[in-house]
This record gives sequence, C-alpha cells and structure tokens, in this order.
Amino acid sequence: MAEKESTDRRDADKVTGGRPQMGKHVLLIEDEPNIIEAIRFILERDGWRVSTHSDGADAVEAVGAHRPDVVILDVMLPNRSGFDILKELRGHDGTAALPVLMLTAKGQSRDRALAESVGASRFMTKPFSNQEVLASVRELTGG
Amino acid sequence: MVGFDTLVVVCIVYVAFLFIIAFAAERHAQGGHAGWLRSPVIYTLSLSIYCTAWTFYGAVGYAARSGLEFLTIYLGPTIVFVGWWWFLRKMVRVGRMQRITSVADLISSRYGKSNLLAVIVTLLAVVGTTPYIALQLQSVTLSFDVFAAPAAEAWAPRDRTSTAFWVAVGLALFTVLFGTRSLDANEQHHGVVTAIAVEAVVKLVALLAVGVFVVWGVAGGPGAVLDRIDESAIAQWQGTGGRWVPLIFLSGAAVICLPRMFQVTVVENSDERHLATASWAFPLYLLLMSLFVVPIAVIGLAVQPPDANPDLFVLTLPLAFERETLALLAFLGGFSSATSMVIVAAIALSTMVSNHIVMPLWLRMREGTATVSGDVRNVALTARRLSIGGVLALGYTYYSFTSGSEALAAIGLISFVGVTQALPALVGGLFWRGATRRGAAAGLIAGFALWLYTLFLPSFGGSWLLPATILADGPFSIHWLRPQALFGIGGDDPLIHAMGWSLGVNTALFVVVSLLSFPSPLERLQGAQFVNVFQHSTGPGGWIGGSAAAEDLLIMSQRLLGAPEAQALFQAAAHRQGKEGNLPDPTREFIDLLERELSGSVGAATAHAMVGQITGGVSVSVEDLLAVADETAQIMEYSAQLEAKSKELAETAAQLRTANAMLTQLSVQKDAFLSQISHELRTPMSSIRAFSEILRDTRGLSQEEFQRFSSIIHDESLRLTRLLDDLLDLSVLENGQVTLHPEEGNLADLLDRAVSAVVPEPRDSRLKIRREPVLEDVPLYTDCDRLRQVFINLIGNALKYCDAAEPELRIKVRVNGTRVAVEFKDNGSGIPEGQQSLIFEKFARLSDHSAAGSAGLGLAICREIMRNLGGSISYMPGPGGARFRVSLPRRVAQAA
Repeated sequence: MAEKESTDRRDADKVTGGRPQMGKHVLLIEDEPNIIEAIRFILERDGWRVSTHSDGADAVEAVGAHRPDVVILDVMLPNRSGFDILKELRGHDGTAALPVLMLTAKGQSRDRALAESVGASRFMTKPFSNQEVLASVRELTGG
Repeated sequence: MVGFDTLVVVCIVYVAFLFIIAFAAERHAQGGHAGWLRSPVIYTLSLSIYCTAWTFYGAVGYAARSGLEFLTIYLGPTIVFVGWWWFLRKMVRVGRMQRITSVADLISSRYGKSNLLAVIVTLLAVVGTTPYIALQLQSVTLSFDVFAAPAAEAWAPRDRTSTAFWVAVGLALFTVLFGTRSLDANEQHHGVVTAIAVEAVVKLVALLAVGVFVVWGVAGGPGAVLDRIDESAIAQWQGTGGRWVPLIFLSGAAVICLPRMFQVTVVENSDERHLATASWAFPLYLLLMSLFVVPIAVIGLAVQPPDANPDLFVLTLPLAFERETLALLAFLGGFSSATSMVIVAAIALSTMVSNHIVMPLWLRMREGTATVSGDVRNVALTARRLSIGGVLALGYTYYSFTSGSEALAAIGLISFVGVTQALPALVGGLFWRGATRRGAAAGLIAGFALWLYTLFLPSFGGSWLLPATILADGPFSIHWLRPQALFGIGGDDPLIHAMGWSLGVNTALFVVVSLLSFPSPLERLQGAQFVNVFQHSTGPGGWIGGSAAAEDLLIMSQRLLGAPEAQALFQAAAHRQGKEGNLPDPTREFIDLLERELSGSVGAATAHAMVGQITGGVSVSVEDLLAVADETAQIMEYSAQLEAKSKELAETAAQLRTANAMLTQLSVQKDAFLSQISHELRTPMSSIRAFSEILRDTRGLSQEEFQRFSSIIHDESLRLTRLLDDLLDLSVLENGQVTLHPEEGNLADLLDRAVSAVVPEPRDSRLKIRREPVLEDVPLYTDCDRLRQVFINLIGNALKYCDAAEPELRIKVRVNGTRVAVEFKDNGSGIPEGQQSLIFEKFARLSDHSAAGSAGLGLAICREIMRNLGGSISYMPGPGGARFRVSLPRRVAQAA
C-alpha cells in the first residue's frame, strides 16, 4: 500500500508539473456536493473547464447543452440511473463516441460489467484516487 | 271286438285331431290372440307330461307289485311344487331373463357359457331320456297287443317291433312339424303345448272313467272296494321303508331336471305368475291321477288271471267286462300319455343336441365364414329336425335291445337317476356363487359315469355292453368293483345303491372342486346374475361393440331369426337410439340384447360365439374385457390418488412459491441493502480520500481552503460514524441484547424534543407540524431516549418523503386505558399498497433513488425499539397520506 501511494505521488508530481489541459471541457454529473467540490478543485487546478449537473432526470439534455469533451458520470443519481443515461447517450449520433468516465459507490463487479455493456469508456470505483481521475480524463480526451 | 286295424284308424284320427288343435292354436297365436293359450290352466295341464304312460299304466302295476310305494313318484313333485315354489320361480325367472333354452343351456350359461358343460348335460339327458322314450314305445306297443291279440301267447315279436317303429316314425313327424316351425324357443310352441294340454285332459278323463267303472261297475261301490283293499296283499305290503325317502327325493329332483319338464316348466312358461296356480293345481292333478290306482290294482289282481300283466290292468279290466268303448278311451289315455311325453322330450333333446353339439361343430368347421356364407337359420332348423329323428331312433334302438327285459317302473326310475345328476350343478348354480365350472364338470362327469356303470348298463341285463360276469364278480374279478355293490356297500337294492353313489360322489366333487377352484370373471358375472336374479334386471355382460359392424350383425341375425324379425329388431333398436334408418349403433346394450335374442334360437354359448366372431372378439375377449375393466378400475384409483397427491403438491408448491417470493424479495432487498451500505460508506470515504489527497498533494492552499477541506473531512467522518452506529444499534436491538433505561417522563416533552431535533427552526421549515398539546400531557415510564429516537425517525421521514406541495404532519395522541397511541399522518401520497408490508423490514428502501443520506434502516430500528418497549409501530393503510401509529404501554414492564 505504501509503495502504491508513493508511486501515486510520483505520478502526481509528474502530472501536476507536466502538461496542463488548457481549455478542455468536462461535465461532472454527480449529486454528492462534497465530491463535486473535490473533483472540480482537482480538474480546475489542472486547467479543465468544469461544469456540473446533479439530477439524473435531465442529464442527457445537460450533456447536449454543455457539449463537453468528456463526461464524468455517477451511477447513483436521483431520479435516473447513470446506466440509463449512458445508454441514451450512446444512442444519439452526437454523443455515441463521447468519452464517459463512470463512477460508482457500489463496488460490485456486476456494476462494472453493466457499465462496459452500455458503453462506458472507463469505470472507476469510489473512493477514487485524484490522480487516477486526472489521468483517466486526460487519456480519454487524447491528452 | 276292436281289431288292430280299427285301432290304427282310431290312432290316426286322434292324431289328426291333435294336429288340427295344434294347427288352430298356432294360427290363433300368430293372429295375436294368444290370450287363453297363455292361461295358467294350459300351463298346468302341460306340466302333466310328468304323467307318462309309465304313470298311466305303470302306476297300477307298481301298486300291484309294491303297494303304496307308487305314491312316492307323485309325492316328490307335489312337495317340489308346493314347498319349493320359490325355487321354481327363481329358475323360471333366470330362464326368462337369460333366454334359456334347456337344462344344458342353463348350466352352461351359469358357469361362464361353457360349452363343455352343455355337452356333458346334453349327453346325460340323451342317455337318460332314451330309456324313457323306449318305455313309451313299449307301452304303446303293449297296449296295441292287448287289442290285437288278447291271448298273450300269440304275441309275435316282429309285429311288436314294427308297431314300435311306426309309432316312433309318426311321433317324429308330428314333433318335426310342430316342434321346429320356429327357431326361437322363446316364441314358444303354442300348438304343441295346446295339444299336450288336450292330451292331459284325455288321459285324466280316461283314467277316472276306468276308475269309476271299476269302483262302481265291478266292485259295487266305495265301501266294497275298501273291504277288498283290506283283504288284498296291498294292505299287508310293508315294503322297505328305507326306499320311501330316496324315492320321494328322486322324483322331486326329476321333476326339476327332466329335460321335458324343464321344457314345459321354464321354456314354455309365458308368465311367471302361472307358477302360483300350478303350485296347487298340478298336485291336484296328480292326486286325481292316483285316486283310482289302488282300486284298479286290487280289483285287477282279484279278477284277472294270476299271470296277467298288472301294468295293463287299465286296459284289460274294461276288456274283460266287454266295455270296448271304455277300453278304447283307456287306450287313447295311454296313447296320449306316451305321445305327449315323447313329443316334448324330443323337442327338448333336439334343442340341446342342435344348440350344444351340432351348431358348435358346424361353426367350428366353418370358422370365420359364418358371417358371409351359408344360411345359419336353415342349418339350425335342419340340425334340430335331424336331432328329433336321432332321439327317436335312439329310443327305438334301446327298445329293440331291452324289449320286455324290465318292468315299466324300473325303466322310469333308471331314467330319473340319470337326469338327476344335473341337480347339484343346477341348484348350486342358482344359490351358491362359489360354484364353479370345474366343480360342476367334475360332479357331472363322475355322477354320469357312476350312473352308467352301476345302473344304466346293468339294466341291459347282462348283454354284450356289460357282460353278466362283470355284474356278478366285478371287472377283472375285482370283487369290490361290482357295478351293483361298489365297495360292497348297499348291495341289496341296485337303484338306491346307484342313486346313493352317483349323486353322493357327484355332490361331493361339485362342492370340493368348486371350493378348490377359482371362477373365471365371466363365471363370476353370470353367477351373480343367476344367484341374485331378483336384484338384477339387466342382462349379462357382453361385448363392446365398437368394432362390430351393424350390417354384419344384421346379416347374421337374419339367418337366425328370419329377415322380417331381424329387421324389425334392428329398426326398433335404431329407433330407441334416436337414429334415422334401420341400422343401430352396435352399442353394448344393443349387442347384449341381440345376443339374448340369438341365444333363444341357438343357445347362450353359441350365440356368444357367433356374436363374438363378428364383433371381432372370441369368448376369451370377455375375460380380457373384464381384465381391462379391472385395470381401468385400478388406473382410476391410481389417478384419484395422483389427483389427491398433485393437489397436495400444488398446495405445497403454492406455499413454496409464496416463501420463495418472500425470500427472493428479501434477497433482492439484501443485495439492495448491501449496495446501499456500500454506497453510504463509500460516498463519505470518497470525500475524505479526495480532500485528504488534495491537502497532502497541493501546494499553496489558502487558509480558507485548508479550513474548509479539513472540516469536510471531519463532517464526513462523523457521517460514517453515525451510519456504523445505526447498523450496530439495529443489530443489538434485533438480538434482544439492548439494555433499556426506563425513567419517568412526559409525552409532550418527548415530542417537543423530537420535533426540535428534526426541525430546529420551525418557521423556516417547509414542513408544518400540527399538534394537540392538551392531549399530549401523558405521563410515561419508559426508555425516553429510545422513544424519542422513534419519533425523530417518523418526523424525519415526513420531512424527507412527504411529496405534497405544502407538506404537513399531524400528530395525534390517544390514551386507551394503560396504553397510549401516537399517530403521525402527513398529506403526501402515502406508501403504495404493495410495499406497505415491506417498509419495516430492515434493508428496505422503497427505491434506489430516494433521498440520499438514508440507509433504509430507520423504520426497521423503530420497529425493534417499539418491540423492546412492549409496544408496536404499524402503518395504517387508507387514503390521504402516510399514516404511522405508535402504540405502547404507559408504564413499561420491568425486565425480569
């Protein structure tokens, strides 16, 4: 564990000091205020433009409105499940290939399989490592 | 003086007279006016064929030789008709129901329509009746001789034989003419029966006339006759008392078993009620017939020469006093007795022979073709006519062999013992369901054989059939096998000896073999039909006609019954079935009916076999059928059991389904709960990890940022702790390990604190809470902290879940004796009916997406708390929002 954390730190140093993602746009769909604040802080420090949305019901419309480069999508949202939202996004021409990073607090392998089947670009379990989130969104946007 | 030629003319005229009567009766019956022809009087008179020439002539001779012993042959039938009336009624009922044509047919039908038994009884009847027919021929011949050659020395044996021959031929013709006009025995021989009734009157009148003449004309009045009787040898005659009971029994049995008696009693019976009349009228007839026997014998012995044949006193007494007209009347009486017996016996025997021997042989020879070629009706009639000829030929042959060897009465008794062999099988068959075919066959064969050996063959008096040496010393000189003294027992009276041995062994074998053997299904069926004839009204079990073509059955029936009769029968059946046209469906009922109709023509066994050929089965298939029926019954029983089992299983399955649904639901809830727990734990941990990494890795954070992030970490840690506390709390409550801390308190106070814990600033809260403070003043002794926890939960739920535009919660308090109830009712949409039973289960959350911050443990914890406080919490169904009621004792019971 200690070894992994040290690796994380090294990566973090490298990333933070590396190439900031200037101007790229990320949409964070998440309902837990503290987590929104944490991810927004991390990404904005890295140079991302961060938009947020907290309700599942109109999440697809939010994606259409914001036209982000990458979406971070929580599975457990009020009113609509993240899986349903992703499924609909994949059905629209404009968002079929949009990179989506899914977050879930239910650490079950069934959820991972379900996420892959509905077309998640990346899947991550809470609690997540800040550096992993950063690395993932960079990778997903071809950075 | 009446000459031989005159006699022949008288005979021919008399026969012509009978012929006319018979013919007229037939016409009358065909015209549909059977009326008086079917009266009990005619029936009773026809029974008088029991009184043959043996009775007419022989009784006087019997009395002259053996005294009053001749009465036994009248006493037997009298006892049977008076005392065994119920037995005869049963036999007649069975005969009519089963369309029985003869004794052989009855026995065959009773024992599973066995043709073997029919053949045995037929042979027995033929062999037993042949001497009797010979006896009639002999009596007619003797009576002719009395007129033709009064001097006994002048008898020419050749003449006598030729007389007997022509009498036999004449009787055969008469019988063929009237006995085989119709094939169905149940159409009955009205002509013959009427002629016999007339003959019965003639012989009674003749005998009474001779008697009156003897008593008043010769002896000079009844008083003189009684004096003469006292002086005569008859009065002194002691006889052997031991013979009376066996002889009465024998004649009683014979009146049942004799083929000709069966013919008139059962087959020709048109109404069962006639039997009631006959039960007194027939004994009366017998009494009249025997009235003058003793006077004639006594006077005859007194006035006739000592070497005169006493058997002919009836004729010779009037002749001696030159009363030729009376003698002629007496002659006609004897002639009537002889002819009526021969005619009926020939009809009865020919029916048996053709139905049980000729027809089965013919059918076997043409097996499988009976339905398509040949006229069965003609074959049956021809067989019957040939049989009549054959029977008379046999009688004539027997007469030629034994002519003059025995006195008349002896021949009659030999015959009686022979036909009586059928008695055990007959009586047993009617009254004992355990009687079997094997038992009947064993008894009949043994009795028949013993009768032949001990009585019938010896009656030839040492001819080539049974040499005199065997009679004297036994076969191969084995002494104890002597025919008339088996094992050296009862040697002095051959008749009683033979009767004892044959009937004894017969009965013993019948009973023992019946007990040891098991009846076939058809036998059991027929046995039940016979023994319980008065309870049964349906016919015997028969064919299932599925495969029988009605057309084939019609073709065959036309051959047996005649075309118009058969077509009428089929039309009537089709009409009953409600069908258009002339062909009925070959249903089981119809085939049974048809079989009964046909059995009236050809006997039960043959009819069964013939219908069997067409319906595609053989007689075995009836047993198959019954076996199938047994199997069906078993299968039905099994299926009933299966049905019961499957009902049981269905109930169990329903219970299991319910349980499974419950478990599945619980399992789904548990999975959901674990997900929820995971979510609830990981969410604060995510914040904690993210912000602690930020604090660790980010340089140059402002003081405000540092403060804020640290307090987020702190809050989320507290949230985690709370969640864990809840879980542990629930676990403790569920396991009953909780320790209560009861204290005095007040309900109003508890509610105040609960409300302010949930809604610290009531004015700012969107949820309005309405209370009734006056009613809330209820002192309590309970664990106040736990009760408050419940109230907080319920108020909190209303705050979180009430979906009304202006949420409102009403809190009502009701005191009921030692208990108090607190109701929490909001104005939201309430809980869906299907989920009301689930909300108190732990892990239950109504949806994945309900308000965050709850793990679905609240109500489960409430339920456990209330249980621990001796109270309850329940959801009150009904319209108008969620309504929870908390009920508890005002003073909690101290834990023991």
